[in-house]
Amino acid sequence: MRLTDEEKAMLAGELGEPRRWAIAHQIAVGEFFDAADFVPVSQAHIMADTESLGEAGTRFFESLAAAPEADRRVRVPTITDPRGVDFAVYRRLGQTPAMAALETRAITALRAFGVLMTDTCINYQTIMASIRGDHLAYGDTGVVIYSNSMFGARSNFEGGPSALAAALTGRTPRYGYHLDACRRGTKRFRLTATPGDLTEWGALGGIIGATCGSYWEVPVIEGVEAIPASDALKHFGTALASFGSVALFSMPGITAEEAVFDGRPPAAIEIGRSDIEAFLARYAALGDKLDVVVFAAPQLSLFEMEAVARALDGRRVHPDTTVIVATSPEIKHAADRMGLTSRIEAAGAVVAQGICFYQSYARELAEANGWTRLMTNSAKLVNIIGGYGYQPTLAGLERCVASAVAGRVL
Amino acid sequence: MPILLHCHKGIGPAVTGVALVAADNFSARYDLDRIKGVFSRPTHKLAGQSYAGRILVLDGAKGGVATAWMLHDMAARGVVPRALIFNRVNPILAQGAAFGGVALVDRFDGDVTQLIRTGDVLRVDPAGGVVEILNRNERGIEA
Repeated sequence: MRLTDEEKAMLAGELGEPRRWAIAHQIAVGEFFDAADFVPVSQAHIMADTESLGEAGTRFFESLAAAPEADRRVRVPTITDPRGVDFAVYRRLGQTPAMAALETRAITALRAFGVLMTDTCINYQTIMASIRGDHLAYGDTGVVIYSNSMFGARSNFEGGPSALAAALTGRTPRYGYHLDACRRGTKRFRLTATPGDLTEWGALGGIIGATCGSYWEVPVIEGVEAIPASDALKHFGTALASFGSVALFSMPGITAEEAVFDGRPPAAIEIGRSDIEAFLARYAALGDKLDVVVFAAPQLSLFEMEAVARALDGRRVHPDTTVIVATSPEIKHAADRMGLTSRIEAAGAVVAQGICFYQSYARELAEANGWTRLMTNSAKLVNIIGGYGYQPTLAGLERCVASAVAGRVL
Repeated sequence: MPILLHCHKGIGPAVTGVALVAADNFSARYDLDRIKGVFSRPTHKLAGQSYAGRILVLDGAKGGVATAWMLHDMAARGVVPRALIFNRVNPILAQGAAFGGVALVDRFDGDVTQLIRTGDVLRVDPAGGVVEILNRNERGIEA
């Protein structure tokens, strides 16, 4: 990689050990992807839940955070993805004091770098939208795909170590979605039916993601009849990124950019109502005892919180079923202020902030609570959670709530 | 005579080990029980199999960013694949391998999940961009 004098100084350790580690890590990754040089970034977003960090990752944070302040301070505004523990509810959920203690250590280290603890995977709805052409180091697949597609921003998936490195150096290797060449359409889809609710938008993302199956595919989706809501595209994008590792999609007339194909466009793959219904049917479990209902992955917007509150009004969650609603700290504060939290909790559900369920020791939660059957309106969550020992069912918000009240899958 | 497979220059140290192959994708969060060291996702083609110390040969990377941290923690606990060989990875796997010090290579001529068999003894040289099949599993099935 071509390095500037400042980058060479970082690599030589002249700007301290954290920046030396950071640029060395970025060069290893950049050379793997044939990056010619670095590109400055305006923000970094770090995924650093303690279930992923483990003891080893937390110690790594602490070792860098022990450097002098001038050496460890982030160079661009840096925010965080959901954490592993919400200190207000972790005991109710069956998490342990050891998990909370590890979380406290990680937070202390992150703050020492000057990181802003936003604890959110919906920063594009709640913190700050990005600008077309803005180069970023975002650390959540749902955040990356939404920002790249809907705002025309430029970010690769930056895992926790790489996002921290970008925060410390203020730059990232120029490869992948920073380059025009990667942003061309590669697969073409045509909708013959428009998804109804958020779950169906997630299912559509799952179908297209499974067909793409690679980070380097850019699907172009035609036939979207009306402008979808932000929450619909949020569920679509997170499922597309989860099932397919996809980081950019194009919907002509809707997304910030219209991806062009190299040469003649490929034949369009049609997706209709029967495809969406078949996708949902894969997770059907009618009549099963229901252990836990999760509204998360991604965290809920204010509008989604209001919809959950409305669906739960005047009802009571079955005593053998747990309902978890996860949102960002910003939205939780708004929901508290507007009375949504108290309406949701009056029905017996738990509102958590700054977590997103699957990043919160899901396996240990299942073991501590005896949970197996999980129901959710999130296509992303059903894709992830099977590996943690759950049997997931995917259904719309209303059916999830009715099932939670009945204590079995309706 | 050893078989040489050329690939893009990779990440991490040169290592030798036994291959565990599947035409499937990979995420440490989605697919693994990282405490027991087995593939735990019921629909994964390697479900129930131990990955500790094996050279995993798979198609590509799944969604999710957690693998970037998890390989490091898995390595620290000693329950980690010896190396990762893929047709093509996403940035997360490359970042995770770089951070965790795990050998990783990708971009071969041909489908690497067909070129290598479970049980083959491999030498992976990321700096040289080459994988050598030292001892072919001629039975073509589980070693």
